[in-house]
Amino acid sequence: MPAARLALTVDPLDVVTVTTAVTESTRGATGAIVSFIGLVRGENLGRRVRFLEYEGYEPLALRAFERIEQEIHSQWVAATLGLHHRLGRLEIGEASIAIVVASPHRTEGFAACRYAIERVKQIAPIWKHEHFEGGASWIEGATADPDDEGARAEALRRSCA
Amino acid sequence: MRVTIRLFARLREIAGAGELVLDVAAPATLGAVWAELASRHPQLAPYAASVSAARNLEYARMDTAVSDGDEIAFLPPVSGGACGPRPRRSE
Repeated sequence: MPAARLALTVDPLDVVTVTTAVTESTRGATGAIVSFIGLVRGENLGRRVRFLEYEGYEPLALRAFERIEQEIHSQWVAATLGLHHRLGRLEIGEASIAIVVASPHRTEGFAACRYAIERVKQIAPIWKHEHFEGGASWIEGATADPDDEGARAEALRRSCA
Repeated sequence: MRVTIRLFARLREIAGAGELVLDVAAPATLGAVWAELASRHPQLAPYAASVSAARNLEYARMDTAVSDGDEIAFLPPVSGGACGPRPRRSE
């Protein structure tokens, strides 16, 4: 049985697993696969990072992923999204997110993939606790508001839509 | 009425629990629940302007009415993350 296209997991991410989940449902219609893998950097804000801990509100995060999937479908009708996000402790160099978009042509694939990561950062209830040399701090970005049309427009702009 | 409150990340650390049960007078909104929570944990108060809320696994506004048995979550700003330096453009 193929993996779910949208998932949160404490296990290491595998982009091939995500790709297989996506192409299972799009075989024959796909001309391009675009993927994005986010990794844990060993440096942030001038600090040497030791490791990260990701915490999520899992059922709401999954709903946020489903919302992003719907938004992508409304913008790029033929694009299919796969998105796996890791939770728990991650070491430097490990993947925290793997996004795969299958589409008939590359243009919508690149755009939808970029849109997906921008929206995850805006609305997915997932937090990272950065453990650096000398301390630890929560990384806090945007106030999550899926109905904020300004944020959505900014994500679209970054996607070059 | 009684509601379950879920807290995450820094809010969880401030309150000392990721899940707690709160009795609030009916009728109440998410904002009233937040106010009650912040009165018990005053260090949460500075988050009033940046917190988002969810009711029964749906994002919801602070003026949303709550019901007995609801699961309410208050969410600090999500992880964001810079998208990196702007590309250099040649004029």
